[in-house]
Amino acid sequence: MIREITLGQYYPVDSVLHRLDSRTKLFGTMVFIISLFLANSLVAYGIATLFLALAIYLSKVPFSFMVRGLKAILFLLLISVSFNLFLTPGAEAFRIGFLKITWEGMRLAGFMALRLIYLVIGSSIMTLTTTPNELTDGLEKSLGFLKRVGVPVHEISMMMSIALRFIPILVEETDKIMKAQMARGADFESGNLIQKARNMVPLLVPLFISAFRRATDLAMAMEARCYHGGDGRTKMKPLCYKHRDHVTYLVYLLYLVVIVLFRG
Amino acid sequence: MGIIKASRLIYDYIRRDEDDHVEEVNRAIDGLDLDIKAGDFVAILGHNGSGKSTFAKQVNGILLPTEGTVWISGMNTTDDDHIWDIRKTAGMVFQNPDNQIIGNIVEEDVGFGPENLGVPTDEIWRRVDESLAAVGMTAYRLKSPNKLSGGQKQRVAIAGVMAMKPQCIILDEPTAMLDPNGRKEVIRTVHELNKKEGITVLLITHYMEEVIEADRVIVMDDGRLVMDGTPREVFSRVRELKDYRLDVPQVTELAYELKQEGAELPDGILTIEELTEHLLPILQPDEIQEEIIAGSESEI
Repeated sequence: MIREITLGQYYPVDSVLHRLDSRTKLFGTMVFIISLFLANSLVAYGIATLFLALAIYLSKVPFSFMVRGLKAILFLLLISVSFNLFLTPGAEAFRIGFLKITWEGMRLAGFMALRLIYLVIGSSIMTLTTTPNELTDGLEKSLGFLKRVGVPVHEISMMMSIALRFIPILVEETDKIMKAQMARGADFESGNLIQKARNMVPLLVPLFISAFRRATDLAMAMEARCYHGGDGRTKMKPLCYKHRDHVTYLVYLLYLVVIVLFRG
Repeated sequence: MGIIKASRLIYDYIRRDEDDHVEEVNRAIDGLDLDIKAGDFVAILGHNGSGKSTFAKQVNGILLPTEGTVWISGMNTTDDDHIWDIRKTAGMVFQNPDNQIIGNIVEEDVGFGPENLGVPTDEIWRRVDESLAAVGMTAYRLKSPNKLSGGQKQRVAIAGVMAMKPQCIILDEPTAMLDPNGRKEVIRTVHELNKKEGITVLLITHYMEEVIEADRVIVMDDGRLVMDGTPREVFSRVRELKDYRLDVPQVTELAYELKQEGAELPDGILTIEELTEHLLPILQPDEIQEEIIAGSESEI
């Protein structure tokens, strides 16, 4: 299942969105998320849809890649939709057994579903068009002011980018260990929740040991390549805003204004 | 004094219990003297626990000597002021390709070293281009390291070291986790860097085939230097190598066994061609030999 999450999976093509500064994209994602929570009318959602469609078109990433991320939240989506659908009070539309469905409920459930789907697709666009390193660089620079109050911003962003690098490796390793343990008769499928959790121990122990070993190796390799924290470090891909970033910020502003006007 | 020099080097792994009392002392290197000339391709052989990897880590200051001294191009590794210069001069490639690639994209990983050194951006890009070209990985520069084969990952790791403009590269069993093709790929790359760029190479390995083309072979056993010479010199001492629990290349072993049985062969035969050349006159009278050569040529 973990393999199917598209978050943190860069899709390498050359597009306008790929070339944008990662800070611009981070900010844009934030604007989009805020706009989704502001929007409460069909028109506003229509505008958000247009904005999203434009972003998808500009990103040149196949739409199927973004939809893939939705699988992971399918369950959450179902729960929130059914809660809204069945539990919102209001004028009754129709009734299945003891369950009452209201017009308000349908409207709310619809908006909730759209909101969640757009949230995931919106943030996938950012991660699909931005390399994890650019992303952490962007975060590091945007949050740089926190360094003054003692937050180790560089270290945190380095940890994030290393974590991203090792997720696929550890997933593969989990798979390997699982197969090895199954070959020795381990059972990960049957039993109740507690038994299942207990059965995970022979999977987690070797995984943790191997992760620690990798961490030691990596730390040594980083030191061997002269890593000594963020001081005196230069950037291969330094962040600097270009003309297209300024234009994009204008688009964001325009978009937010329109959403606020039509939010209903 | 050569680029790498070790003098009466001793290194102890010390295991302490919770109260910081010494529980066990394990001497990994025991009085090693070594001088490596710039531009050489030096292979270090030894079975597990012979101290060869420990020595590799001494060379770029990851481990510091318990006693004795290591100099890298004249700099003492215990000198804190020069530690980054030392690591820049003597780059290191490790065994596990996955655990030494930091970047999420090949080119970003190659740029990691220069970034740490504070090299200006334009220069970083130039170095990344050059290093990727030097190991033949330019076509993969935008790929994720997870999508590469083991041999390719090791070449990226080598490029990452090259981008720091080292004078010397230490490879600590770089092929131990690779398949035969990946192994050849990596060794060929290292040889090219040695010949074209004049980089001093210190290759630590236990695959005999990889050391045949080295300029100098050093055998370590129990933390000491026990044999030192050209591959031919070292491999002519088959009995001794076996005592140090090392295998010799198959051809060399065959030649050695034949010689033990009375065949008139020179010592230290390293390649199949060499053995054929020396065997033919023994096995066949001249006329038949010519026929055989003619025959084998026509078969080819």
